[in-house]
Amino acid sequence: MSELLLQKKHSSYYYVKSKLSTGLPLFAAIFLVLLIALLLLHFIWHGAPGITWAFLTEAPRNNNTEGGIFPAIYGTVFLVFIMSLLGVPIGTATAIYLSEYARQQSFFSRSVRFGVNTLAGVPSIVFGLFGVGFFVQFIGKGIDTAAQTTIWSKPSLIWAAATLSVLTLPVVIVAVEEALRNVPQDLREASLALGATKWQTIWRVVLPNSLTGILTGTILAIGRGAGEVAPVIFVGAVYSLPQLPDSLADQFMHMGYHIYVLATQSPNAADALPLQYASTLVLLILAFSLNLTAAYIRLRIRRSHK
Amino acid sequence: MSSNSTLYKKSKFRPFEAIIEWIIRLTASFSIIIIFLIFIFIFKEAGGLIFGTAKELKPKKAVSEKVQDKSEEKVKPEIYNPETGEIVKIVEVKKLVKAKETESQSIWANLFSDTWQPVGKKPKYGIQPLLIGTFKVTLVSLLFATPLSILAAIYCAFFAKAWIRDIIKPTVEVLAGFPSVVLGFFCLVTVVQGVYSTTQFLQPLCTNIADIISWILPFSDRWIHSALTISDFHYSAVVGGIGLGLAVIPIIFTISEDALSAVPNSYREASLALGATESETAFKVMLPAALPGVVAAILLGIGRAFGETMIALMATGNAALFSWNIFHPVRTLAATIGSETGEVQWGSLHYNILFFLGILLFLVSFIINALTELFVKKYLSKKFQGA
Amino acid sequence: MKRRLILFFTISLLITGTTFEEKVLTLKGSDTMVILVQKWTEEYPDKSVQFQVTGGGSGTGIASLINGTTDICSSSRPMKSAEALQMKQKYGKPPIEIRVARDGLSVYVHKTNLIKSITIKQLGDVFTGKIKNWKDIGGPDHKIILYSRENNSGTYEFFKEHVLLNKDFDPSAQHMPGTSAVVGAIAMDQWGIGYGGAAYTKGVNEVKVSVHKDSIAYLPTEENILNGKYPISRFLYFYLRERPLHETKQFIDWVIGKEGQKVVLDVGYFPTKKL
Repeated sequence: MSELLLQKKHSSYYYVKSKLSTGLPLFAAIFLVLLIALLLLHFIWHGAPGITWAFLTEAPRNNNTEGGIFPAIYGTVFLVFIMSLLGVPIGTATAIYLSEYARQQSFFSRSVRFGVNTLAGVPSIVFGLFGVGFFVQFIGKGIDTAAQTTIWSKPSLIWAAATLSVLTLPVVIVAVEEALRNVPQDLREASLALGATKWQTIWRVVLPNSLTGILTGTILAIGRGAGEVAPVIFVGAVYSLPQLPDSLADQFMHMGYHIYVLATQSPNAADALPLQYASTLVLLILAFSLNLTAAYIRLRIRRSHK
Repeated sequence: MSSNSTLYKKSKFRPFEAIIEWIIRLTASFSIIIIFLIFIFIFKEAGGLIFGTAKELKPKKAVSEKVQDKSEEKVKPEIYNPETGEIVKIVEVKKLVKAKETESQSIWANLFSDTWQPVGKKPKYGIQPLLIGTFKVTLVSLLFATPLSILAAIYCAFFAKAWIRDIIKPTVEVLAGFPSVVLGFFCLVTVVQGVYSTTQFLQPLCTNIADIISWILPFSDRWIHSALTISDFHYSAVVGGIGLGLAVIPIIFTISEDALSAVPNSYREASLALGATESETAFKVMLPAALPGVVAAILLGIGRAFGETMIALMATGNAALFSWNIFHPVRTLAATIGSETGEVQWGSLHYNILFFLGILLFLVSFIINALTELFVKKYLSKKFQGA
Repeated sequence: MKRRLILFFTISLLITGTTFEEKVLTLKGSDTMVILVQKWTEEYPDKSVQFQVTGGGSGTGIASLINGTTDICSSSRPMKSAEALQMKQKYGKPPIEIRVARDGLSVYVHKTNLIKSITIKQLGDVFTGKIKNWKDIGGPDHKIILYSRENNSGTYEFFKEHVLLNKDFDPSAQHMPGTSAVVGAIAMDQWGIGYGGAAYTKGVNEVKVSVHKDSIAYLPTEENILNGKYPISRFLYFYLRERPLHETKQFIDWVIGKEGQKVVLDVGYFPTKKL
């Protein structure tokens, strides 16, 4: 191999080839960064003028060409709040299992890991179908038949939140597990040496030391959940709802879905465009600030445990 | 790779501890249970199709149609306010051109035909165009995203100075934070125009590429020419593919960058010591060494592109066209589910079929994931256990 | 402690919500009509009535009417007999239909397009793919690019039934996810043609439509739609489970009354009869 290389070293073909193979990666990296910068600038440029206090606090008026997006923000926040209530405990428990209890080679722990990875790869639209089939049509209907009501067997906030909590479960699990593994072994050993039981160690020593990790997981899950539109389209998000949702059985407006609606269904696309860009920018800021916070916390955890 | 579980020594039996452990085990099994539930419930909702129990499938005889007609005459909504304006019958011709009664074919033949027209008197549920469409969009997005992100990852891992890496990596993370609906919107208003005006100039180039490919693979002559003829459509697999590519780039970039950086430095040192240049080292030593990780990255990218809904829904034109041309509009499986499930009558055959499409998506993602697990297990477990 | 209190209050506020003391009317259904319904509820003078307006599509609205989860269902298409039958089976009587507005389906083309009028038959042939070139309907020699609504919409069904006469759309017809997307696409596409509500025409040209080759072609203006000269128009409906009473009756009487019908015009649809 190296002999071959040496022979060819000075031929012009080889020169071009070697220039190309260092140049191409550089070019790709520059292109990628420029592309992303352009994308960001595009949305900031078009969106920034539209963001005013009124825009953030008012309901849409006049067929979404005036007013603001407050119901959509409220709906999204409400949704991700319920989602975290449902998803984070389960995700944390799974992470505790994987990090503290699981034996690497056991069939069960391998299946759990496989399950988590598979879940992470399932297309979001399939979760939407699952939400309709399982939460609305099965659990909701079950509650309704049992309680003789008609409120649960239809798309609503609680089912959308449940669907999203399933979708974001892998995000929580991976983040929390990482945090748990970053807790120094010495702490566990010290706790056990002092006579604490396994659960006492986990509950009193390991978990408090990885609270920030759980927070990271929650934030990442929220960031993911707030931006997902496909699963909530038919599990509860609505086109327009002037009132704010006030019960779990209500439907709700959703930032991402609102953007989709503005882009495709507004009666006057030209008039709606400024609002459209402003809404997009709000969603982007929401997503980025969440991701940035998570990244920052993560960095701090890593630093503090080094 | 050592697990924390080995740390805790077996001590005397404590009921409380055991209960806790079982609760945690049970919760941990939730992910597996969910996978099964997804499987079961999507199958259940598609059941009308699979087990042939859908209402539309049962009445095959003319008798049942008569019954339907009867009910149509019987049950009409009452009109609350009769004096509201004269009713203008819009098209009287309606009765004349009755939809032609073709032989009722079996639902499975219908399902694998080449027309997707699910709404109407005689619904056609051919999924062929949807499969082709999904394939085309995924292919375009990979052609766009893979070289770009792998090359950029190579640059990041081997050539870039630390501070440049600190710019590139967070920037790509930013792209990962873009919700897909935002990318879809971007394609809908901006990419479409860009692609259209660019492609109008590129027709000769495309023909040349097609010529070259057909020269290399003579049997593909006609096929490749039709696949690369620029059409007059604005929305197309190319536009959608670029959008999906934007969604896929962060996945491929991050995972392959991780894989490339994880190759032991001794490989690089050895290669350089043997006289190879930096670029030879990167492409001929490090890249092959990290190949499992890179393949995993591409596979996960495929999974993402395949199932992405919002971008496909907004940017591809959604025409269920049976064509291999990547400049034609396409309708993907995910976009079809996304746009039709909202308004379809729950429990109808159409609803069953949309869930059947969901099964296809789920199975493909499942298989992709299983492949990643099987072939690149070592790499993945390394990554996930932070070793 | 303080943090817990705040958390507790937030949760209890979110979950219990307000108690319903006022009468709440829920209206649900057609996405085409949601803008109209929303405007009605905004303008309705009796502020003691609370409204909850949701879109989701005509089919969804009718389904919730059957399930009993909405008081009024708005629909951009007449109820299908199967649905009416379900209502009858469940409640012992057929639903009540109220025509609340009219809509004309406009045909859009690009600003530069010279086509001024088209017959219904031509329109049908264009969308079924029988006519593929603009020169066949009086334009330049270029392929026609079709834009349609998504097949879940009432508009799609109406167009398919009344213009295509239940034949299939040409597979190359691009199904845009909303009327605004159709208009947006045609504004960009010199060779495009599409259809949608008459309220949405910014940035594109409307084409006159005639019934036969020899008859006069009309634009979907208020007058032409009201006197029935414009050939592709439809009613928009409310459906109820039973005869309207109390608040519902007052609201519906207001809607089909003069003030309500004025709102219809404001939004871009047409009243059921001349004001």
